[in-house]
Amino acid sequence: MAVRKTKYEMAEQSAKERIKNFNEVPYGYNEKTAIEEAKRCLQCKNRPCVDGCPVEIDIPEFIKHIAEGDIDKAVEILKTKTNLPAVCGRVCPYESQCEGECTLKKIGEPVGIGRLERFLADYERKKGVKIPKKAKPTDKKVAVVGAGPAGLTCAGDLAKMGHSVTVFEALHDPGGVLMYGIPEFRLPKEIVKAEVDYIKKLGVEIKYDIVVGKTITVDELMKDYDAVFIGTGAGLPRWLRIPGENLDGVYSANEYLTRVNMMRAYDFPNYDTPVKIGKIVATFGAGNVAMDCARTSLRLGAEKSYIIYRRSDVEMPARDEEIEHAKEEGVIFHLLTNPVKFTGDDKGILKEVECIKMKLGEPDESGRRRPIPIEGSNFKIQIDTALVAIGQSPNPLVPKTVKGLKIGKWGNIETDEDGRTNIPEIFAGGDIATGAATVILAMGAGKRAARAIDKYLKLKK
Amino acid sequence: MYEIIEKKVMSETVKLMKIKAPLVAKKAKAGQFIILRIDEKGERIPLTIADYDRKKGTVTVIFMEVGKTTKHLGTLNVGDFLLNFVGPLGQPSDIEKYGTVVMIGGGVGIAPLYPIVRELKQMGNYVISILGARNEKLLMLEKEVEKHSDELYITTDDGSKGDKGFVSDVLQKLIDEGRKIGMVMAIGPVIMMKVVANVTRPYKIKTLVSLNPIMVDGTGMCGGCRVSVGNETKFACVDGPEFDGHKVDYDNLMLRNRRFVCEEEESCKLAGV
Ligand SMILES: Cc1cc2nc3c(=O)[nH]c(=O)nc-3n(C[C@H](O)[C@H](O)[C@H](O)COP(=O)(O)OP(=O)(O)OC[C@H]3O[C@@H](n4cnc5c(N)ncnc54)[C@H](O)[C@@H]3O)c2cc1C
Ligand SMILES: Cc1cc2nc3c(=O)[nH]c(=O)nc-3n(C[C@H](O)[C@H](O)[C@H](O)COP(=O)(O)OP(=O)(O)OC[C@H]3O[C@@H](n4cnc5c(N)ncnc54)[C@H](O)[C@@H]3O)c2cc1C
Ligand code: SF4
Ligand code: SF4
Ligand code: FES
Repeated sequence: MAVRKTKYEMAEQSAKERIKNFNEVPYGYNEKTAIEEAKRCLQCKNRPCVDGCPVEIDIPEFIKHIAEGDIDKAVEILKTKTNLPAVCGRVCPYESQCEGECTLKKIGEPVGIGRLERFLADYERKKGVKIPKKAKPTDKKVAVVGAGPAGLTCAGDLAKMGHSVTVFEALHDPGGVLMYGIPEFRLPKEIVKAEVDYIKKLGVEIKYDIVVGKTITVDELMKDYDAVFIGTGAGLPRWLRIPGENLDGVYSANEYLTRVNMMRAYDFPNYDTPVKIGKIVATFGAGNVAMDCARTSLRLGAEKSYIIYRRSDVEMPARDEEIEHAKEEGVIFHLLTNPVKFTGDDKGILKEVECIKMKLGEPDESGRRRPIPIEGSNFKIQIDTALVAIGQSPNPLVPKTVKGLKIGKWGNIETDEDGRTNIPEIFAGGDIATGAATVILAMGAGKRAARAIDKYLKLKK
Repeated sequence: MYEIIEKKVMSETVKLMKIKAPLVAKKAKAGQFIILRIDEKGERIPLTIADYDRKKGTVTVIFMEVGKTTKHLGTLNVGDFLLNFVGPLGQPSDIEKYGTVVMIGGGVGIAPLYPIVRELKQMGNYVISILGARNEKLLMLEKEVEKHSDELYITTDDGSKGDKGFVSDVLQKLIDEGRKIGMVMAIGPVIMMKVVANVTRPYKIKTLVSLNPIMVDGTGMCGGCRVSVGNETKFACVDGPEFDGHKVDYDNLMLRNRRFVCEEEESCKLAGV
């Protein structure tokens, strides 16, 4: 029988409906469709898909068990390599990773690996999560700073190895960007909570309201713990650095998304934190963060939601699925357009943005063609709200307060492949080491660091 | 969870609370602040650390009931708990030997001023304090500030206590009298800080102000607290809250602090406070 060329469809809310709510967009596969999709896999001996996955999930193996209808076994295999499967199955840029390498791409669409992972995680959550056997308790204690994907993964793995782990988190909720950044309609917060519960069931303790560097320092943690892992992410918002950026109506993507997601401003005044967007919202940038801002704005009632981006569509860094969803929902794209100035009314409230048209020149250091302004092409767009989503840098709070820690060019903590810093008992990983990247890379870094920490602790004795 | 250990009503709208938060108490320094959230649906709001007791593990905050969250907080009592209480945040004040310092507190700004007054005095400075409020009822911590000051002046807008007029009038008088002033610190309404900075600017007297922009996380992540200082954008929660008073763009701060006025009103109306 010839293999079906396309992925089995995953039902989702229609664009018209979903822009009126914050519910998750796709519904996910049911068991029958998942089995059908799994049967598309060719079980390639050379496993190209696995090479594309930063955490080396045994993709053909778990797919094989789905195809055979042994869902429980498939879950077990998946969970040996990831502590947060429901998260990766939703936000991983699989099109450029595992699915990007899939042999089936030669004849059509790859196997829906992400969709299958999501199916398994949801299946398991409904059934009740099994806690794996842990190694014999050691007498070693590890402190993890930051409860984002890097920190949580590292903590979970260390707990499985028998170490006693405490996570210190600055905010009042765990999950890092998963909780405050990525919106409910893409990653329901209940799912993040369930995955965090799993980590807690492994024996990890999470302490909130602790800003490391302020409430307690890494140097102090080192007195009570045998090793410290730093996973504080890239939380520092970048700005356009153009006139008018401090007007009322200009938000960083972080502030906007934190208000809406973590503080639940979309449910104001039931929740106390407000957000205000007016009728026309412009988001600057074209990554995942920007798509999240633009789509959130539609759900908050914006009549027009623009993406303003200085390069062209091929350079947009967001996942394909996010761009597609944004377009379906009616987000309007102004490409090859760069803002030069915000202006306000006589009260200082944002009213318009002046932009300039761009063209693409020679490739720059990033390999992408450099955008060049076209002189005299300035024009104005009326807007009520501007959301700046042009990237984040590592948060300097922790790096700055650790004596002697080696810091890189961008304020990132310098580490080797396995998360070792220049100080033997300090490890780091995720966005704080690499700069803003992806959930799965942060998880991969947490995993490798956990192994390196385990090794270090065994040698330390 | 953080327990309320003590509560004092300072005036109709101003309350003092001691909160059990040993980790914060251990590190707290004058000039720093905390962020609290009352319950699951609550907003995160910043309040200055007015005092701390490292041994007992308590932190004192003094707040004025201005909106939903502070009014709600005011209804809580000893034995109640706050869901979140994080700090100490921000940079501590520079407690140095300046010689003579003039410490100006307006309204609820007197609360954060008080611990700095105390520490500057302990450092051996000659401390002149000027406290101002709209009327006598809104004045607070007078006794406490007096105890650590060499001179104390009081002004009210309506003359119900002390001189009728503004804190800046007293400051101008001191300057006109030729007093040698090493540093002026002003904490209070933005407009008051702006006026004080305008008074000292021609004389090039070092002037520090403590800014109170709207905040969310308090860790430098959201940028909501950004202020313009000497044409540079700074985050008050990590770079401040104290800044060089001569360089602050006060008009922008006032503008940004009005961002959610309509929403805050709606929130109060619905809560019936
Ligand atoms: C809006 C948005 C959408 C995104 N969409 C995607 C996507 O679709 N797919 C994808 O793969 N990636 C996406 N990303 C990127 C991805 O979320 C990050 O790369 C990933 O979360 C990094 O993980 P981390 O653990 O290194 O850091 P973070 O997730 O940033 O977590 C860091 C944690 O440390 C805490 N912390 C910081 N400082 C301190 C301190 N001093 N003391 C204690 N705790 C501290 C923070 O509060 C936070 O909880 C998105 C990012 C954003 C902002
Ligand atoms: C570093 C710092 C220290 C502070 N210290 C004190 C203090 O010791 N005592 C005290 O009484 N007040 C202090 N404030 C101000 C206090 O945070 C606000 O009064 C409080 O957030 C108002 O919340 P609300 O819900 O009661 O009122 P709202 O109805 O939310 O607002 C009332 C007023 O407060 C302003 N405001 C709203 N939200 C915030 C916010 N998150 N941060 C700052 N201002 C806001 C609004 O613009 C409005 O003018 C401080 C503020 C900062 C930034
Ligand atoms: S974690 Fe990401 S890259 Fe790895 S298999 Fe899952 S979806 Fe693919
Ligand atoms: S590359 Fe594709 S077809 Fe081959 S084993 Fe991996 S998922 Fe299956
Ligand atoms: S409060 Fe968010 S950066 Fe200061």
